[in-house]
Amino acid sequence: MVKKSAERIYLGLIFLFLYLPIAVLIVLSFNNSKSKVHWGGFTLKWYQKMVSSPTIMEAFWTTIIISLASALIATLLGTMAALGIDAMKKRNQAIMLGATNIPMLNADIVTGISMMLLFVRFTRLGMSTVLIAHITFNIPYVILNVLPRLRQTSRNTYEAALDLGATPMYAFFKIIWPQILPGVLSGFLMAMTMSLDDFSITYFTKGAGINTLSTMIYTNMRKGINPEMYALSTVLFTVALILLLLMNFGPSARKEKRA
Amino acid sequence: MRNLKRQLLAGPYMIWIIGFILLPVVMILYYAFTTSSGAFTMSNVLTITHPIFFKALLFSLKLALLCTIICLVLAYPLAMILNNMKSGHQGFIVFIFILPMWMNFMLRILAWKMLLSNNGIINTVLDFLGLPELHIINTPAAVVLCMVYDFLPFMVLPIYNALARINRDVIEAAKDLGAGSITIFFKIIVPLSMSGVISGIIMVFVPALTSFAVSDLLGGGKVLLIGNIIEQAFTQDYNWNLGSGLSFVLMLFVLISMTLVNSRDTEGGANVW
Amino acid sequence: MKKKLILILCTIATAAFSNGCGKKSENTLTVLNYGKYIEPEVLEMFEEETGIKVDYEEYITPENMYTKYKAGAIDYDLICTSDYMVEKLIKEGQVLPMNYDNIPLAQNLDEAYFDFSKSFDPETKYSLPYFFGTVGILYNTEMVDESKVDSWDILWDKDYEGQIIMPDSVRDAFMVALKRLGYSINTTDEEQLREAQKLLLDQKSLIYSYLVDEAQDEMIAENAAMAVVYSGEAGFAMEFNDNLSFSVPKEGSNMWIDSWFIPKTCTNQENAEKFLNFLCREDIAMMNFDYVYYATPNNKVVEQLDPELQENTTIFPPKEILDNCEVLKSLDDTTTTLYSELWLELKAYSE
Repeated sequence: MVKKSAERIYLGLIFLFLYLPIAVLIVLSFNNSKSKVHWGGFTLKWYQKMVSSPTIMEAFWTTIIISLASALIATLLGTMAALGIDAMKKRNQAIMLGATNIPMLNADIVTGISMMLLFVRFTRLGMSTVLIAHITFNIPYVILNVLPRLRQTSRNTYEAALDLGATPMYAFFKIIWPQILPGVLSGFLMAMTMSLDDFSITYFTKGAGINTLSTMIYTNMRKGINPEMYALSTVLFTVALILLLLMNFGPSARKEKRA
Repeated sequence: MRNLKRQLLAGPYMIWIIGFILLPVVMILYYAFTTSSGAFTMSNVLTITHPIFFKALLFSLKLALLCTIICLVLAYPLAMILNNMKSGHQGFIVFIFILPMWMNFMLRILAWKMLLSNNGIINTVLDFLGLPELHIINTPAAVVLCMVYDFLPFMVLPIYNALARINRDVIEAAKDLGAGSITIFFKIIVPLSMSGVISGIIMVFVPALTSFAVSDLLGGGKVLLIGNIIEQAFTQDYNWNLGSGLSFVLMLFVLISMTLVNSRDTEGGANVW
Repeated sequence: MKKKLILILCTIATAAFSNGCGKKSENTLTVLNYGKYIEPEVLEMFEEETGIKVDYEEYITPENMYTKYKAGAIDYDLICTSDYMVEKLIKEGQVLPMNYDNIPLAQNLDEAYFDFSKSFDPETKYSLPYFFGTVGILYNTEMVDESKVDSWDILWDKDYEGQIIMPDSVRDAFMVALKRLGYSINTTDEEQLREAQKLLLDQKSLIYSYLVDEAQDEMIAENAAMAVVYSGEAGFAMEFNDNLSFSVPKEGSNMWIDSWFIPKTCTNQENAEKFLNFLCREDIAMMNFDYVYYATPNNKVVEQLDPELQENTTIFPPKEILDNCEVLKSLDDTTTTLYSELWLELKAYSE
């Protein structure tokens, strides 16, 4: 019993540690005064300002486009690569995976700088350079999610299908694809999460006037207090919360539980 | 034959590796070992032995280690508690502890800035309660605190996953054979969760060692980590060669520490999630 | 299903690439400016009126700007920066002469500031003044002994440990120390610079933070007792917190003037000049002044201000203060390198 309540208290403390800062931002986003400490009454004006601020909205859409596009392209390239790597000899596999590990192991700042050095040499920084950089650090997450799934799939069924006259394409989409799909999806989600949260790499590879949320908030924080940022936090947090609830209590979650 | 065709699927990625992974590394190496006029030099890489840079590197190491240890100490019990919960809400509870990670990294830093300022929320509350004020903003303590906050989920998740994979039967068997809970913890749970701990350490240590944004925003310009020096070489001093030299050192450093930590577990980041 | 997926993918990919491919579309203007140094609405209005898309980028210190520009990663069309940096870039041959015929509204600007610009742009053919001011101490009257703020010495007063904000910009920080020592802020004497650095090292334990644009907000929130800031920032902060006041110490200070110039990377000089002309327009300059709150050289704006504001000595420094101020000059390469070394040592220093 003592152990139980000790556990409860510990969970509670960590919970407080994790959520207190977020709660503060949310409360401040409704504060009518610009000050950090004084309560000046309830207001929604920071939300209005946020929506009407072109800087924030542009950064928002850029972030969505970059993370969606980079995750999609990375998923395509990464899944193809995983299929190819899986068919390779052990030694070649090791080489490919070694190279794949570089962007994962390297510090973000080093990856960002190295890409900037490359881009500056051959082109100008812009949105496409950010996209390329994001795809680059996203692909490994896809490969590392798909490859283990691929190794678990049974070759025999696939071979049997081929023997029975299925085209390789058909056999692939009927037999292998369903088995690796969860890996592809989780790879996509991870890639997207990483891309959404990235700061350092975007910071070094972005062109003029292009900002993702991370770099936009960074620039803004270096300029001082900006209550629109609190409003933005609240919105982002709410979206994450809703997604979480959907994933846990949505129809697909229930189906999974029954199964 | 068919196999060869399938290998070709990796072709586009192979090109990508050469163009956007290997070539950038070559660029860093090129700048690291040349002067601004293009002549070969070791001096950029060797500047790390200069007292200022060496001190910054040691200091970054110290903070990163501290941050990793705090994360580990906080995360391990948390992961165990989560793992022992009834499976009904488990998924949900675990998600609750990851959710903050989905908020933008920068906004999490902003939140701590609000809390910790001299005249910020924590001090207002402390004042109200008649307690002494907390002055840690713009010090290394604030930087470590925020890093712990940022990176804690990266430690919790892999440990939790590793714990969840431990077969309950093993523990039951040990119990039947008369093992006490302390023995079970040290002889079974700890060794079997080691892979998760190692992944967690890597996931926390590397970003903590190399980050520049946290120290920039919560260090008040007084906390200079190796990441800040590199960033400044590129954004302020216009010294790409020096910046690349230091990046190269950092790269080596991360690789070496990774090999050390990883020597017993080769899967590395693959089983993180 | 798969076809649909590929279709979506392609659409997004093309959208992303075509949106911001390395090459610029014709009608854009890439502008580089200090943080918080333009009313964002002005940019929108310019885009609406002219159909020119503005890619707007900000930087923090003149050294950041120099690096961004020299990196060559982005082709800037128009840059605003401080006197000594303009001088340095003119000397390096990086600046294109302006065609003032395309900026007819430049006549709104007071001739006096063009004269002033001659210190770094002798023939006044490269630059257009934007805002100007001094550097001084913004302090909280409730926390600081007002009899002492007339001297830089107060920044070394142990009573204010952990309550002082210094500029996170190398020349500005050294300016304070050099002036306190009675040296020129443009000294190239290594001994003097090392002496100044020694002072700054001693001061570091008293510092709350080194900041640039954030300083005014920290002061408004009363997180610190005093901050070394640019005059306009002080004027702005004082509007929001009645406890704040501003002083330019008697040892003298720095008078600065920020100007626009057209760098060699400019691909569309006409657009750049259109933008400058727009900035000189009465209503736009007024909006900008309200937002930035620094002294403007635009006569049309000054005439319209409340007399009270016109006489606000924080924003519009009086002649006797300006006479006691020096202008920063660009320094030779050796001294610049020395400066960055000394600065790095300071930032890395801890007891």
